[in-house]
Amino acid sequence: MNYNWDWGVFLAAEPGGTGTYLKYLVVGLGWTLATALAAWGIALAIGSVVGTLRTTPYKWVVRLGNAYVEIFRNVPLIVQMFLWFFVVPELLPKGLGDWVKQMAPPWGSYLPAVMCLGLYTSVRVAEQVKAGIGSLSRGQGMAGTALGLSLGQCYRYVLLPQAFRIVLPPLTSEFMNVIKNSSVALTIGLLELTGRARAMQEFSFKVFEAFAAATVIYLLTNLLVVYGMRALERKVRVPGLISASAPAGGH
Amino acid sequence: MDSGFDFDVIQRSAGYLFRDGMTFTLTLTALAMLGGIFFGTLLAMMRLSKFRLLSMAAGAYVNLMRSLPLVLVIFWFFFLVPYIGAWLIGAKDPVKVGSFMSCLITFTMFEAAYYCEIMRAGIQSVARGQVWAGYALGLDYWQTMGRIVLPQAFRNMLPVLLTQTVILFQDTSLVYVISATDFLGAAAKVANRDYRLVEMYSFVAVVYFIISFGLSSLVKQLQNRIAIIR
Repeated sequence: MNYNWDWGVFLAAEPGGTGTYLKYLVVGLGWTLATALAAWGIALAIGSVVGTLRTTPYKWVVRLGNAYVEIFRNVPLIVQMFLWFFVVPELLPKGLGDWVKQMAPPWGSYLPAVMCLGLYTSVRVAEQVKAGIGSLSRGQGMAGTALGLSLGQCYRYVLLPQAFRIVLPPLTSEFMNVIKNSSVALTIGLLELTGRARAMQEFSFKVFEAFAAATVIYLLTNLLVVYGMRALERKVRVPGLISASAPAGGH
Repeated sequence: MDSGFDFDVIQRSAGYLFRDGMTFTLTLTALAMLGGIFFGTLLAMMRLSKFRLLSMAAGAYVNLMRSLPLVLVIFWFFFLVPYIGAWLIGAKDPVKVGSFMSCLITFTMFEAAYYCEIMRAGIQSVARGQVWAGYALGLDYWQTMGRIVLPQAFRNMLPVLLTQTVILFQDTSLVYVISATDFLGAAAKVANRDYRLVEMYSFVAVVYFIISFGLSSLVKQLQNRIAIIR
């Protein structure tokens, strides 16, 4: 192959004047994680609520929950990203919309990216939570009702504590998906890890060094997440259950 | 919004959007699905192979692809394919590869990793006795796989394979990052030219929703029908 490798490029200064290319990429990882973690918080909160509501006996609530899931699942992530970035500010009341549009970078990209990823991931969390509650034996809910618990109490004290411990392993792969999916935010101008690797390639013409570095950083991040989550899983495992992990689909 | 929703821009550009953009998207989806399932099945057979080197190589490839963001993989292949092409034909300079070809190679290789995991589950869902029966009848590995195991694996996994294809259909919109003119790319070009971002991106979302939702519903129906037969 006719390509001049130059691994020393990482110690060269990047044109923005913030330091070396290596530091530039590491700061990118910081933005990737900051985006993923904030979105993950939103996804967990909304996903748990929607997933739980979809298992209640109220028909209309279930239907609304299903509609929510179908909408966010059937539109590509990048299109949702554009909707949050270009369309939503126009639909907001004028003052609020202008405020969003005039936010200083990178916050003007960060906020829509977090909202988009959060809601996009929330439907996946909702699916897992619903499956987790569905996997509990029917007798659990009946026993709760027989003890005189209200529906809310039954969820609070009997069903949800078990369901959350069961869905933790599949949620690990969803968290890794958020980290990977945050790279789509580069299309609305957020300079996270992939976006910075791309920028580095444009400034320095070192295509493969830049992408190789980003690849290695993503792989290391994945390893860390897997080990961290495994430790957490051991801690919260329900005694007496064979911990079955669902196959990870999608990306 | 200053001037209200402008439906006209959609009507004016519909020909371009669907004839150029949607054709690109659908062709890419169909070809990448076929290629992805073909290579995915091969990878799955390698992963389940008793030769450790084969199974480790396939496992490493699949895990690598599944740990990386698709956007990064698109960039990788976009810059890498011209060099691989040059290496294959022995040329000194990187060869020129069209954006469609580059996208097709990317999505085939990327989705192969995901189809591989589905096919692996499918092959493992076939009872062991089926393989033994094949060998007892004097069939070799390829005959047992081709005539006994894979047909059953495909049938068991058909709904999952198709669901993955719906995901692939949505993922093809990411070719936007290398400025390819798929459905989203075409819409983005019109949106920026006429400054009609709200109209175009809302329309794109609706079209993607209708197609994905329709396909998913079909897959669900198919799943029910298969479930009744078994």
